[in-house]
Amino acid sequence: MSDFYETGPSKPVTESIRVDKVSPRSRRIHSLRAIVVIALAIFLLIPIFIMAMTAFKTRSDVVSSPPKTVFEPTLEGFVFLFTERAIITPGRITKLQEAAESGDLGLFDRIALKSGQEITGPSDYVTRLKNSLIIAGVSTLLSVILGFFAAYAFSRFNVPGKDDLMFFILSTRMLPAVVVTIPLFLMYRQLGLHDTHIGMILLYTVFNLSLAVWLLKGFIDEIPTEYEEAALVDGYTRMQAIRKIVLPQAMTGIAATAVFCLIFAWNEYAFALMLTSNTARTAPPSIATMLGRGGIEWSAIAAGSLGFLIPVVIVVFLLRDYLLRGVTFGAVRK
Amino acid sequence: MTAISQAQKESTGQVQPRRQRRELSDRAILNLFIWPTLILLIAWNLFPLIYSLFLSFTDYSAIANKAPTWVGFQNYADILSDPQMWKYFATTGRYALVTVGMQTILGFSLAVLVQEKFKGSGLVTTLILVPMMLSPVVVGMFWKLMYNPSFGYFNFLLGFRNPSTAPEMLAGRFAGQPVPNLALWAVALVDIWMWTPFVMLLVLSGLKAIPDYLYEAAVIDRASSWFQFWRITVPQVMPLLMIAILFRTIEAFKSFDLVMGLTGGGPGDQTELIAVNLYRQAFLGQWRTGRASALAYIILIVIIAISNLYIRYLNQAKED
Repeated sequence: MSDFYETGPSKPVTESIRVDKVSPRSRRIHSLRAIVVIALAIFLLIPIFIMAMTAFKTRSDVVSSPPKTVFEPTLEGFVFLFTERAIITPGRITKLQEAAESGDLGLFDRIALKSGQEITGPSDYVTRLKNSLIIAGVSTLLSVILGFFAAYAFSRFNVPGKDDLMFFILSTRMLPAVVVTIPLFLMYRQLGLHDTHIGMILLYTVFNLSLAVWLLKGFIDEIPTEYEEAALVDGYTRMQAIRKIVLPQAMTGIAATAVFCLIFAWNEYAFALMLTSNTARTAPPSIATMLGRGGIEWSAIAAGSLGFLIPVVIVVFLLRDYLLRGVTFGAVRK
Repeated sequence: MTAISQAQKESTGQVQPRRQRRELSDRAILNLFIWPTLILLIAWNLFPLIYSLFLSFTDYSAIANKAPTWVGFQNYADILSDPQMWKYFATTGRYALVTVGMQTILGFSLAVLVQEKFKGSGLVTTLILVPMMLSPVVVGMFWKLMYNPSFGYFNFLLGFRNPSTAPEMLAGRFAGQPVPNLALWAVALVDIWMWTPFVMLLVLSGLKAIPDYLYEAAVIDRASSWFQFWRITVPQVMPLLMIAILFRTIEAFKSFDLVMGLTGGGPGDQTELIAVNLYRQAFLGQWRTGRASALAYIILIVIIAISNLYIRYLNQAKED
């Protein structure tokens, strides 16, 4: 104790403990609570574990009853997801087997061979995935750029009718997709935008703009105006001040906004289902309609879902501090 | 005249014309920044909204080569006098009530549990939040596999080993016998699984914002933890909880992706939520564009009415 009075606390005091939280009893409750939370989290994630497991099962393992928990993992699901295959004719089978033994065959070909099939080319899913990447990527870029400028204007300038305009921007997101889809469908048909990449990019850009403006305005509001004002006094133009002072400071906010836009565009299903048919169709509607010759190819669907899931999990982890803002349109902050 | 003031003159002389040449007025910048966004939003949201309002008063099919003919309130009258439509609204209402109710209770409890930090609590909380960031249609597909009566894990984990005496959740049967609404509850369960984390996230941020001194004062006054919960925790979290409930109720009326992935409205019309039915009327086979537009407007009015009720209640709660 005397030590304490001479040298002070050995560790810096970063947080104080509430007076009612120091008794042994509340400590025991605390550790019990931790165990309960972890158990609950595991329970909630069971469906995701099962999805990951199914992605690595063979076709027969997926439909075995009762379901198998121990099985030999295979990449068959991924092969089925990404390729078109044909049944191998008896004449070619020995040739392919020889090629497999000498190591001439690629990994995917060897897996397909095991189920008696030969890869004939990439599947539709590859095109769909490419569409998803292009549409989600470009629309995210556009909504963040447009959203940044609009958010800057709303944050820094005296916009007439500011509150009403901001509410109008928010309200566009509250509309059920189905309400705007019918006129959009007709409009797109007139303009020749139906089932085109540019049509979907513009649609998702608008779809995400409201979120981008609201989120970015919140982030820009937090940057003190003094820096810019000082820069303007020093002879910077407004554009230079934005580029050299606001942009670097808003970078985290921009990154968080971009990722939220990306997730929305990446996951979107209703618009894609109704406004695309073939050339611009994205991955989510095609996962839902992925039917194989012998019924639904569950392992391929699970593989596709898993591929969709992993980037999102990483993003959720990186964005955990911004998650609240993102899912509530910036209305709620931590 | 000293060298310094000479230099100043030169430098200002150089800077001045450049600034005039390159600098836009704030007014011009404001317009340049705001209008692209507003034009896009007007063209893609406001115009379709007005256009579909017009269509809702017409008899029109998007695949017929005929101009829309004005029928006045006929579409609205048809929908409101159709018992089938009332049934779909009732289904949607039940679905909203159950999902939002359960999400509120479970999300609140989960938030109270997660609230206190322990080693690795950040990671655990993050993992709990994963379901709501997934694509609803992927989630739907996946739960379809979970629910499969012969090789799904749902029955297996519940202990039903014999498919003939087990529930078939999505077909709405138990041991071969039809159970009313079972399929709807199966869909609701997935919705609850997916969106409870959302309620948790909002409540959690509300809990973190409650100042400690409120609890400390209560402890000093020897208030029971029950009293603390009802008199401090609940009222303080109420505004955020209401926002969560509002968002989820609106989503329930828009609910489309998940149902399409799971059941597509079936079996029969047991899981035919109003948004799914709208899609069916507008696109699948029927192409009744005029009538579907009217239905879309009715849904919109319901959503606006519910939002207003919540917001009124929320403002009241804030005043108290």
